[in-house]
Amino acid sequence: MNKPSIVIEMKDIVKKFGDVIANDHVNFQVEKGEIHALLGENGAGKSTIMSMLSGIYRPDSGSILINGRHVMIRSPKESMALGVGMVHQNFRLVDTLTAIENIILGETNDKWRGTSWRKKKQKEIEEIAEKYGLNFPLSVPIWQLSVGEQQRVEIVKTLYRGADIIIFDEPTSVLTPGEVEQLFLTMQELRRNGKTMIITTHKLKEVMEIADRISVMRKGKMIAQMLKEETTIQELANLMVGQEMAEGILIQPVEIGAPIIEVKNLVVRTDQGIHAINGIDFAIHEHEIVGIAGVAGNGQKELAEALTGLIPWKSGEIIFNHKKLVNPSVSELIDKGIAHIPENRMKSGLAGNLGVVENLLMKSYRKEHRAKFGLLNKKANTEWARNLIQQFDVRTPDLLSPVGQLSGGNQQKLLFAREIDLKPKLMIAVHPTQGLDVGATRSVHEMLVHLRETGSGVLLISEDLDEVMHLSDRILVLYNGKINGNLKRGQAEKEMIGQLMAGVTNQKGAFDESKVVI
Amino acid sequence: MDMVQLILAAAISGGTSLLFAVLGGILNEKAGVINLGTEGIMLIGAVISAIFYLQTENLFVTFLVMLVASGLLGLLHAFLCITIRANQIVSGLAVTLFGTGLSAYLGKSVAGVPIPVSIPKIELSLLDSIPFLSIFSELDIFIWMSIALSIILYLYMYKTSWGLHLKAVGDNPSTSDAMGISVTAFRYFHVVVGAMLMGVAGFYLIMVYSPNWIEGMTSGRGWIAIALIIFARWNPIYALFGAYFFGGLDSLGFRMQIYNFDIPSYFLKMIPYLATILVLMFSGWKNRHKPSIEPKSLGNPYFREQRF
Repeated sequence: MNKPSIVIEMKDIVKKFGDVIANDHVNFQVEKGEIHALLGENGAGKSTIMSMLSGIYRPDSGSILINGRHVMIRSPKESMALGVGMVHQNFRLVDTLTAIENIILGETNDKWRGTSWRKKKQKEIEEIAEKYGLNFPLSVPIWQLSVGEQQRVEIVKTLYRGADIIIFDEPTSVLTPGEVEQLFLTMQELRRNGKTMIITTHKLKEVMEIADRISVMRKGKMIAQMLKEETTIQELANLMVGQEMAEGILIQPVEIGAPIIEVKNLVVRTDQGIHAINGIDFAIHEHEIVGIAGVAGNGQKELAEALTGLIPWKSGEIIFNHKKLVNPSVSELIDKGIAHIPENRMKSGLAGNLGVVENLLMKSYRKEHRAKFGLLNKKANTEWARNLIQQFDVRTPDLLSPVGQLSGGNQQKLLFAREIDLKPKLMIAVHPTQGLDVGATRSVHEMLVHLRETGSGVLLISEDLDEVMHLSDRILVLYNGKINGNLKRGQAEKEMIGQLMAGVTNQKGAFDESKVVI
Repeated sequence: MDMVQLILAAAISGGTSLLFAVLGGILNEKAGVINLGTEGIMLIGAVISAIFYLQTENLFVTFLVMLVASGLLGLLHAFLCITIRANQIVSGLAVTLFGTGLSAYLGKSVAGVPIPVSIPKIELSLLDSIPFLSIFSELDIFIWMSIALSIILYLYMYKTSWGLHLKAVGDNPSTSDAMGISVTAFRYFHVVVGAMLMGVAGFYLIMVYSPNWIEGMTSGRGWIAIALIIFARWNPIYALFGAYFFGGLDSLGFRMQIYNFDIPSYFLKMIPYLATILVLMFSGWKNRHKPSIEPKSLGNPYFREQRF
């Protein structure tokens, strides 16, 4: 039997960003024609090492061999010339251009582009798309395509450029379960055609489903490399996390209390005037976590913004604590007891250049015990902040250093500290564990469950279906701005939720319960 | 010629300078760089043209020297914004202040001196007898150049590979970089060429529209051009009509004075600027529900290894 040839070999790669070592003497090999999974937590250095292979970053030291030859990859163009294509996690597509324009972007022959030229290219691209069963509209601007379609454009783009080695960076993180299935079929088809693929991910089940060989990274170091047959999910998890896999936290059954917020026939428009939330009804009660499942862009953002007063709603009613809200301002809702963990903690949650005390004060500086006559009580506030970060286990060098320098987990804990200290009646948490490692994720889950136990209501909006299913007492599936399923804890299978997320209606058991509850 | 034709003719002669400046601005902004230096670059273009023409009496040499001078100012802006990644607004304002001051200094010796220039005209006697089109029968070559340039730039932006790359660079530089397009080279090129067109705007102003140097003679046309970019939705053909509309308003002031309307001349001079505000309000309101077509990375410097 022929020994399979090594197509990619990376030796002793070191890459630093400032003081942070993203890759610490990493060695990595890929064999021809395999699907190689690069497994690791967020921040383990997977994306960094792949970015060096695709020419976005350059290694500080170490060498890269492709097909046995030493190469210097100075730019994405050079990487492409070596037959390496990358399907990025945040797609490298120009939103305003069509699929065809994106695919041919960077081509320099044929300066003039009349109708016949466009037809010729369309045919070429259609042929590739058909061969691998990748369907998407060719002549519509990218921003109008679904995420799955955009990813297919990315894949065709690498193939069109003649890539033999395709890197998929966290390809499944934005897809519905059905789209993941389809992606894996495509990858198998590509393997049959002799392409080599690398897939970076932190999802163990997917690794076991699709990969031939697996490399595991942790904290910037390469920990292990093995064939899929030689390992188990449990072993991979231990390698990835560096400890026994954290078990899901225990959730005690609690009787729900009185409704905290009731939403009736709510309609919310986007800036462009499109109905992002199109007439939904639901309620959240004391001692209840309500999870919103759905593919990104089905109205989650607008729902959270309307409920926190960031954007006005067009019609419908929101009743909070038995009182109807009329054009509430953000500060009014904070005072009434609505807490918010925003989608992007560094954009709308915290001010990165300010220190811990300032960030903690942002919602409570108006309170009398924090400031008198417009002057902050510096001493009392510092003491208060010190207690809070101790209580919430925020690791920070000191109270003054900018919070932008803290790790994601510590930033999120700081944010929770501020919000929970306000003793909220309702917590709106949007993607609260996005980009966090296992330890921090667990802390966030504990805090949400603790809120539930102490009588608050929680609206949990998340793209992590496992998280939603684990924590929520009730799951609402959002599709196209409508509730396409209302399921109690334990009532739903993951596959069923996946179908509801994709717009399939009238599933068995997915009866519309919202009216009964209210 | 009747009143309407007079106004049309005035619109074209008053709008041509604006048109060059708007087209230059569109090139800048399409590549993702705001250039608030328009006013300063126009002034430098104008004063350099005045000085060199009075010295050499050679239109061609004057034109070339003017291109070099305004191109250098563009290069300065490009260097500050692209290489040093300075704030584009501040850099643009600096260029305008610098250009205003320098042009006043350089222009001292030629201030008020009439420039004895005759710009070649293209005679189309065929059109003479046709109503309305007769205004096109005797236009100077720079007007035809500006019209041709609008069309050429339109084709360049929408029908060529460079145009596609330009749009990509202005909308999403990191993706363009990943596709092997040199963001730096593209931005430099379009900022410099755009600045040259702003220089041509100043050249036209002083050689044709009002042939003697007066300090600060652009009187805000550079700023109107920047507003016109938005009004024209970054489209060179719309820019053509937008420039003529504002050019018409500009000339209207003169004409009204000639016809002895009982309106204060200061009010008439205000019209173009007032119209700029009204037009921006109107186009903002009209397009409020449309997705913005502003280049997505306008104003943002690009740095490859930046982590979010």
